[in-house]
Amino acid sequence: MTQFTGRNLVCVRGERRVFAGLDFAVDAGGALVLAGANGSGKSSLLRLMAGLLPPASGTLSWDGAATAADPEAHRARLHYVGHLDAVKPVLTVAENLRFWAGLRPGRRAGNPGDSVGPALETFGIAHLADVPGRFLSAGQKRRLTLARIVTAPAPLWLLDEPTTALDEAATASLEAAIAGHRAGGGMVVVATHTKMAVDGARVLDLSGFAVRSQGAGALDS
Amino acid sequence: MIQRFANPNRFMRLSAAVVPWMAGATMILGAAGLYLGLFQAPADYQQGESVRIMYVHVPAAWMALFCYTSMAAASATALIWKHPLADLAARSTAPIGICFTFLALITGSLWGKPMWGTWWVWDARLTSVLVLFFLYLGYMALVNAFDDPARGAKAAAVLALVGFVNVPIIKFSVDWWNSLHQPASVLKLGGPSIHPSMLAPLLLMALAFTTYYFWVLLVRLRAEIISGKIRAIRLRQVHG
Amino acid sequence: MSRFLHIARRDVRLAFRQGIGGLMAVMFFVLAVVLFPFGVGPEVNMLARISAGVIWVAALLASMLSLEQLFQTDFEDGSLELLALTPMPLEVVVLAKVTAHWLTTGLPLIAAAPLLALLLHMNTDGFAVLIVALALGTLSLSLIGAVGAALILGSRRGGVLLSLLILPLYIPVLIFGVGAVDAALAGFTVRPQLLVLGAFFLAALPLCPWASAAALRQAME
Repeated sequence: MTQFTGRNLVCVRGERRVFAGLDFAVDAGGALVLAGANGSGKSSLLRLMAGLLPPASGTLSWDGAATAADPEAHRARLHYVGHLDAVKPVLTVAENLRFWAGLRPGRRAGNPGDSVGPALETFGIAHLADVPGRFLSAGQKRRLTLARIVTAPAPLWLLDEPTTALDEAATASLEAAIAGHRAGGGMVVVATHTKMAVDGARVLDLSGFAVRSQGAGALDS
Repeated sequence: MIQRFANPNRFMRLSAAVVPWMAGATMILGAAGLYLGLFQAPADYQQGESVRIMYVHVPAAWMALFCYTSMAAASATALIWKHPLADLAARSTAPIGICFTFLALITGSLWGKPMWGTWWVWDARLTSVLVLFFLYLGYMALVNAFDDPARGAKAAAVLALVGFVNVPIIKFSVDWWNSLHQPASVLKLGGPSIHPSMLAPLLLMALAFTTYYFWVLLVRLRAEIISGKIRAIRLRQVHG
Repeated sequence: MSRFLHIARRDVRLAFRQGIGGLMAVMFFVLAVVLFPFGVGPEVNMLARISAGVIWVAALLASMLSLEQLFQTDFEDGSLELLALTPMPLEVVVLAKVTAHWLTTGLPLIAAAPLLALLLHMNTDGFAVLIVALALGTLSLSLIGAVGAALILGSRRGGVLLSLLILPLYIPVLIFGVGAVDAALAGFTVRPQLLVLGAFFLAALPLCPWASAAALRQAME
């Protein structure tokens, strides 16, 4: 069975060690909810998992193979949703979505097929397809960002506060999308402050790995 | 991982022992070089007493290049092996290097006035050193342009390497440009036939400048490490 | 390759959607050149003598001014992270964005150059060489500038900083670009200058995307 794991991860941000000695594992169809106070490193851990941030030490592996060995293959199997929505104000909703869909593997660029329409419908913004991004509200931009991850299949979803600015209906759509993704064998790692219904998710509390009263960061290690 | 990092405590102990030696060597070599250069070496039959500027100008120009090379080497070390002292060394070298570059430009200008009758000529060497001065300026501006010192150090390391690749290209271009616009009317310095009585003070001064560089570099590195510790204490106050 | 075109096409489209804003660089170019006759006087011989240098310096500044935005907007709205997470080398992304930058600023500069050469009374013998030299030179300028644009991401006062970083690196291109036109005007062969400009371009083609990608990865950490 496919498994995404991290062993003994250490994260250094700026000159501060955010967490150390962190382990996690997600199985196919599994979910991991990251908990912890502000500054405990939830976003950093997600960026680490995505490969945007190299761990100061420790390894991430996919089915036992280190992701650092083949970063492009790793990027091909993940979707990342960060704090920012990456919506271009001068492109329409459909154009925004089509651009990102066209960059995914397994489909010809520029011809992302028919997945754009259903993806917009999933999050209830199909009627906005021709509206330029600059007219969207914060919640609508967020829905568009989430529609991006359902246009192209990828086994691993990394979601950083995905419910920010979402109303209840959209949150429910997201929960349904996550459930569908997991039913198909996908994995989800999500950091959230709000209540989200993620059945049978493992919870990883990052407060337990915080580094306290450690020396002068990298220099003293 | 941890062993790969140089231990800053050991560095502090070692550097504390080396600094006085470097300071002493700088004083002695500098005094000897200046004495030989200003009083013992003969005046040039053509240039007169003003030739003595050479004993400051030429070593300063050498050091300008030497510092840039060290900076690039330290930056490469920092980028490839992530050695934290290398980042600090590159960052601490830049202000010293720019001072040598500035000194070379100023003394060159002072020397040019009696020699060429003008403070500045667009000679290939002067122009190259001027560009080098701008490269240093850009590096220092970039290092200090970020709130996170680690980010500044990394960005500047990339810039130092890009600049290092470019220095020979710029030198080549300026030489070409200069040969096009100015026929070789400008008096070229040095040459192989320099008399030993002039060579000795020149080398002594170059040595003195080198030990001066290491002296100041060590002092600056120590200061950087201490300020890093202060930052760590501040961060601990914020993050508990 | 299709993804490369996909990104380049999107950037070109973004530039076009900005309307007049997309032509800012070429407007700056024209204005800067037009200022010179006011500065040095309208005497025909004088203007013809400095025409090549003035056009080149103005083109260089115009290219640099537009470079500040090359990665900045994508960095601020989160698009850059997503581009870095697509399963292709970041170097290819950089190259695609540089290509789009050149198409939207380099090409208009080249198109405007003969007109400005006329205003400055340049001998028509130099026009063809001016265009060829600008074509080769602006490609190198865009590539070199991309490194600077990547380095300043997240810094304070990025624009001024960018000029400080890359103007010294532009000097070789300037020297040989002006040299080619001056040689053509004087009736000498322009082959060596154009060859050197071509060599700069060929050297910058692999090195600059590589350095830019390294700088971008650091900016996103």
